[in-house]
Amino acid sequence: MKVVVCSKYIPDPNLPMTVDPERKRLVRDPAQSILDPGDEFGIEAALKLVEEHGGEVVVVSMGPEAADTAIRRAMAMGVERAILVTDPGLEGSDALTTAQVLSRVVATEEPDVVICATESTDAYTGMVPGAMAAMLDFPQLTFVRSIQVEGSTITVQRDYENGYQSVKAELPVLITVTASIAEPRYPSFKGMMQAKKKPIDTRDLGAIGLDAGQAGQAGARERVLEIRKVEIDKQTRVIEDDGAGSSVDEIVNYLKQVQVI
Amino acid sequence: MADKRIWVWTEIAADGVHPLSLELLTPARELGSAEAVVFSAAGNGVSETLGEYGASVVHLATDEVFSSFVAEPHVATLAWLIESERPDLILFPSTFPARDVMARLAGTLPRGVIANAAKVEFDGDQLVATVGYGPDSEASVTLNGEAPYLVQIRRKAYGASLAKGTAEVKEIDAVSSPSGNRVQVVETVQEESAGMNLEDASVIVSGGRGLGQPDNFKLVEDLAKEMNAAVGASRAIVDAGWVPYSYQVGQTGKTVKPSVYVAAGISGAIQHIAGMGNSQYIVAINNDPEAPIFELADLGVVGDALTILPKLTERIKNEK
Repeated sequence: MKVVVCSKYIPDPNLPMTVDPERKRLVRDPAQSILDPGDEFGIEAALKLVEEHGGEVVVVSMGPEAADTAIRRAMAMGVERAILVTDPGLEGSDALTTAQVLSRVVATEEPDVVICATESTDAYTGMVPGAMAAMLDFPQLTFVRSIQVEGSTITVQRDYENGYQSVKAELPVLITVTASIAEPRYPSFKGMMQAKKKPIDTRDLGAIGLDAGQAGQAGARERVLEIRKVEIDKQTRVIEDDGAGSSVDEIVNYLKQVQVI
Repeated sequence: MADKRIWVWTEIAADGVHPLSLELLTPARELGSAEAVVFSAAGNGVSETLGEYGASVVHLATDEVFSSFVAEPHVATLAWLIESERPDLILFPSTFPARDVMARLAGTLPRGVIANAAKVEFDGDQLVATVGYGPDSEASVTLNGEAPYLVQIRRKAYGASLAKGTAEVKEIDAVSSPSGNRVQVVETVQEESAGMNLEDASVIVSGGRGLGQPDNFKLVEDLAKEMNAAVGASRAIVDAGWVPYSYQVGQTGKTVKPSVYVAAGISGAIQHIAGMGNSQYIVAINNDPEAPIFELADLGVVGDALTILPKLTERIKNEK
């Protein structure tokens, strides 16, 4: 079984996010960027599938050259090889272009299963996986919390508004996974050492058959016209608890003041 | 210039039209002629409601293939309908199925997309949507290229409002996807949350990753019970399987505006703030003084939620 996992290199979501008003986009500082934590669940699910059924896990990513640090993390978890599409012409790509780039690369791998996170942790649009599924002409099984493969049939549980559904399809498929799919393994020291030697195949726009005009800012259909600061008019009072619940009085007083107790 | 044709991708819930779809008829009506697209085996009999909320036309397909949700037949039928009717804009609600259809449609046509818009309008012929951009900014964005433009609207960005009109029903047949029907729904399982409805609650107590482990979520439920509040959760613990998705407050969950929101062990990722930032009063308990939730809180408590929550519950109980 061949499983392709799509991953994204993003600004560390635990650090404050900054916007470049001139270029109208997020500041992406390689020193503060990591593998999207949401992707680790898909990587774990892929590794489990291959441990059970044999085969190979390949990571496909689009990003700057520095994105190899995120790929090495996936490799330290156990991914064998990766393809990174990197080209200055890709900067400013929108969701549709990203889906085009990734699906072109994924198609050349002829996978049985493509795994994506439900959405990235920096942009949160959730539009890339579904668009990719259309371009690959794969069925899409989304918001998946468990996977079972028997022969060429895949059965998944997918979340929906008031519960879950069991859904099945024939391989190949594209699935998006939530964090309840599996707890990601922590890379071992040995894994980290091995990751350094694993192959990353770097491709530019030409190599995947796209022109500069079709990608990046030039090819984007979604354009930012203006970014504005939103004033939050809040008077915050912050108190410190002594570790034994000393703040409870103040909380109770506050709740009385706003008349909910 | 003829009216713009604004379609609303409309979902049918067990008890009729999904409320988030009704909300979208409000902007659709403001921007031109509002038309609902209903692909559902349970779609007969909803046109009256849709007309009342402002749809002038209902494009209706009630084929058996739409009896349980699978994205592909929706996209195949919608792509065909777009080709023959040429709408200017299609609005999608913030639900899982709507996201599935919109994303696959974008890749099929292909068209640009805007997700999570708080507002949508036209400046002449240029589409302008407002989206959140970082913790303290918002952006105006547009889509280039051919119509229809595909825009997903956040929950509660607009209120549903009665127009008292009637809708003309245009029945169509499902179009099969070129690759056939490849996905089969085997079983649907309901997992209702026991407590009060989040979206209607005037007080909400929510928990997040800072609670440490699933068992500790009970502390949030206990406090909520004592405060007669609904129970919410951050995406992190919903994704981790501590509580069902119906608890999730945030950009990809529910949007709430209670008078009091108590956030325990929630750091305040943008994802979460998008769903509760408009609460009237916010109380945050978190042991990280740098947590972004404190920028939004009216009362911030730097401390351990596991210690504070049970004492707070006890105190409120005794106050009664």
